[in-house]
Amino acid sequence: MKRLLWLLPVVALAPLAWAAFAPLELASRDELFEIPSGTYARRMAGDKVEILPDTIHLTLGLNDQLLLRNKDEVPQQFGPVLIMPGQSFRLPFEVASTYSFACSAHASGQMAVIVAPTPEAGWPRLKWRWQHRNKNTTETSA
Amino acid sequence: MKRRALLLATLPLAAMAANERLKAGVFEPAQPAPEFALKGSDGAPLSLARFKGKLVLLVFGFTNCPEVCPTTLATLAQARKQLGTDAADVQVVYVTVDPERDDVNRIRQYLEAFDKSFVGGTEAPDKLAAMRKRYGVVAEKIAAKQPNAYGMNHSTSVWLIDRTGRLRAMMPYGHEAKDFVHDIHLLLAAQ
Repeated sequence: MKRLLWLLPVVALAPLAWAAFAPLELASRDELFEIPSGTYARRMAGDKVEILPDTIHLTLGLNDQLLLRNKDEVPQQFGPVLIMPGQSFRLPFEVASTYSFACSAHASGQMAVIVAPTPEAGWPRLKWRWQHRNKNTTETSA
Repeated sequence: MKRRALLLATLPLAAMAANERLKAGVFEPAQPAPEFALKGSDGAPLSLARFKGKLVLLVFGFTNCPEVCPTTLATLAQARKQLGTDAADVQVVYVTVDPERDDVNRIRQYLEAFDKSFVGGTEAPDKLAAMRKRYGVVAEKIAAKQPNAYGMNHSTSVWLIDRTGRLRAMMPYGHEAKDFVHDIHLLLAAQ
């Protein structure tokens, strides 16, 4: 029995090693923000409805498409674009950078999309998994 | 039989559209782009209808812009050169957000420095503001010490309107000419 004790740390570290080195893949590359039906009416009634944050964080190769969808009954200024009822706007990113958009929907007049590089194997990937542990991920085999 | 032939003829385009995505942000479903009526820098009235049959690249800016507008217009001029014969099917339209300083003559001279085919437009401030609102475009003055030295904070993207007048996509600032060429080829082929 004692002879197998050396296996304990190996077993304990195996999940960490897996999390650090197994490839990452999300179920969808879309980062969705949606204006629900009735938003205009709620705003007119005095509700403060905020859907789109003034800074959005995306990661290349994982969630690198911003998807804005208007399910309301009226056109909506949604970030940098005006979206018609029932319409969506999908914006892909291919370069890690910070993108600034003039946007009347935010008090600052600006909206930023920060696109981070794809996490490399090792600590960056482990950190990403921890930070996004609640996201719907599907891992692929190596 | 005719229907089958039509289907077969459109299959390659559909397959291309399915496999290749635009670099720009895409509106789904595409809807008619808002019409406008401006004074054109070429002396003729400027409207979207005037360019039906062409792919319109719509830009909002001002001729005193220190960085964004020159970069965008130079990129579009470069893209047109790379397009070869397809450039004839593309029209760049530059709408000022600064009608106080940008009259048609100034816009014409400014655009000619980039590409003689570019057409600009201006109108009364309220009409331009109404047009910007229909496109979801932002523009506001940045005050300066000298009254005529103000800057403008404005939307920096390029709107892509297809040959039938539908607003298809929006290319954010910073993309290279090759990205425009890529998307223009796709949009021209898909119609």
